[in-house]
Amino acid sequence: MFARKNGNGGAAGTNGFLIELAGIRKVYRTGALDVEALRGIDLAVRGNEFIAVVGPSGSGKSTLMNILGCLDTPTEGSYLLRGEEVARFSPDRLAETRNRHVGFVFQNFNLLPQITAYENVEMPLLFRGTGARERRERVERLFEQVALLDRMKHRPTELSGGQMQRVAIARALACDPDIILADEPTGNLDSGSGRDIVHLFEELWTGGRTILLITHDESIAKRTRRIVQLQDGKVVSDEMT
Amino acid sequence: MRAAFFRQFLRDVRAQKLRLALTLFGIIWGTVSVALLLAFGEGLRANVLKEIRGLGENIVIGWPMRTSKPWQGLPRGRQIRVTEEDMDLLAAEIPEISSISAEFSTGSVRFRSGRNVVVPQLAGVQPAFGEMRNLIPEADGRFMNDLDAQRRRRCIFLGDELKTDLFGAESAVGRYLYLNNVPFLVVGVMKPKSQDSSYSGRDNEKGVIASRTFRAIFGREYPNNFVFQVADRSKVERARNRVYEVLSRKYKFDPTDREAIMIWDTTEFYGFLDTFFLVFNVFLGVVGALTLVVGGIGVSNIMNVVVEERTKEIGIKMALGAKGRAVIAQFLGETLLITFLGGLAGFAISRGIIALVPAFGLAEHIGTPILSARTAAITASVLGLVGLLAGYFPARAASRLNPVEALRM
Repeated sequence: MFARKNGNGGAAGTNGFLIELAGIRKVYRTGALDVEALRGIDLAVRGNEFIAVVGPSGSGKSTLMNILGCLDTPTEGSYLLRGEEVARFSPDRLAETRNRHVGFVFQNFNLLPQITAYENVEMPLLFRGTGARERRERVERLFEQVALLDRMKHRPTELSGGQMQRVAIARALACDPDIILADEPTGNLDSGSGRDIVHLFEELWTGGRTILLITHDESIAKRTRRIVQLQDGKVVSDEMT
Repeated sequence: MRAAFFRQFLRDVRAQKLRLALTLFGIIWGTVSVALLLAFGEGLRANVLKEIRGLGENIVIGWPMRTSKPWQGLPRGRQIRVTEEDMDLLAAEIPEISSISAEFSTGSVRFRSGRNVVVPQLAGVQPAFGEMRNLIPEADGRFMNDLDAQRRRRCIFLGDELKTDLFGAESAVGRYLYLNNVPFLVVGVMKPKSQDSSYSGRDNEKGVIASRTFRAIFGREYPNNFVFQVADRSKVERARNRVYEVLSRKYKFDPTDREAIMIWDTTEFYGFLDTFFLVFNVFLGVVGALTLVVGGIGVSNIMNVVVEERTKEIGIKMALGAKGRAVIAQFLGETLLITFLGGLAGFAISRGIIALVPAFGLAEHIGTPILSARTAAITASVLGLVGLLAGYFPARAASRLNPVEALRM
């Protein structure tokens, strides 16, 4: 039931990769001091991969995710998403890319507290301009997928942590993205809820989704199929499990 | 999404009650200023125009005087006189003239009714004079007519104040009064009117009889002046020039001799008034608009705070794919809603104040303020512009946030 419409993890680039990073550098200028968060990352991701990015804090994991998610652009290097060079996209084009091709899941859920769970999940579809009827059908199906149909009309504050994260996952899936980027998705959850969420990711992957998650947790990383280890802004190991 | 917008709006309102109240006050105050200042300006203008029209609309008055230039062997300083019959000549020769009348006048006739004696101005005029000069009879009476003129009837039309002096509060129509002991029948009393300009006394203190009767009784051949009306204001000047041409040909004076006939063109004043009131109303509008702008700065300020407080939300929306446009629309929408609500309240208050004004009995001096469609349109435009400007800059700042930094909040 988590299968993507096209089944193979989305349109791939020219040589079969969904994502191709080459020589990505990211430098933050903080006053006189330049901080180099990424120092030349090369990474290729195919459709329907399940990847964990691990590494100590400050190793550049979040920066990498921001760039992969088109929230930020690299200082140098090339980022091909579905064969298109994203690094030079305009802000509006980036927004469109985030809306259509990327689904975010955050450590602290990042649901809007003043609207219902339903409206939170509906939001990406509104930005996309989806019609009312299709929106309703789609949002209801997503709640069914994350097993929260009875919580649709609740505010996020009325939900448990695990439930909030499931709403966030439903929201990430709303526009049928090519990749789901999850930044410490279990970081704020108790171990039971965390297991549920990881299980949900596994189901999504089995259904054909491409998932990249950042984690500190060895046990979670081991359940993925590929572990990319970062240190000081560089990939130090990239192994299949 | 629309529901979410309003919920968000209400939440912002709750969070910023005091600030929003002050801001709304600014917008309301500004709207009231613009609307009231414009309404009073327009009321004053209407009042002045009404008083001017008391004399009649597009009226030109001519007094035959002495020539100031020699002409074809005739010396200067010659007295020019016109006759009542010349009025027909002028009307025939000058199609622009829509109405014309000779006017005889004297201020030395004793009016007596019972014990009341008054020595007012008495005018002898042709029937067209009444409508042209806005001497409208009360319902029970009439003005001089052609029969009065042909038969030299001893009928009289009284100004409303003169009638009160002679007859008190009683009805005068159908009663007799004596002009130097000659009995005259009162056929009409003028409806009270506002009149701020005149040339031989105000109409409400005058008595008016037919010019033929006047000539017969007082033995006068030459009218003191003549009055004509030009329906189309833009043709007044041409009509004036034609009057000089026609009369100079008949009475042999230099057609460029403007002193031979002294002319008062009351429409010249309209042009001045138009300019005056345009400047006056623009001034009032600008004063009001500036007040509104101050209110707008308040709204802009509150929206800046709102943007700051909702940075995280903006970051989330951007991560979900909201484009700059969508972010701008949200904040601009909220600002416009605040402005709109303030404006609506301001309009309601303005209407209330305007409804109260007549109770103060100042209408005679300042007129009645008018909240016309034009006033409303101008106020609404200024309001809309203020709202747009007040909302645009905070909204643009929101749309230019860096999503990564916004999410970190």
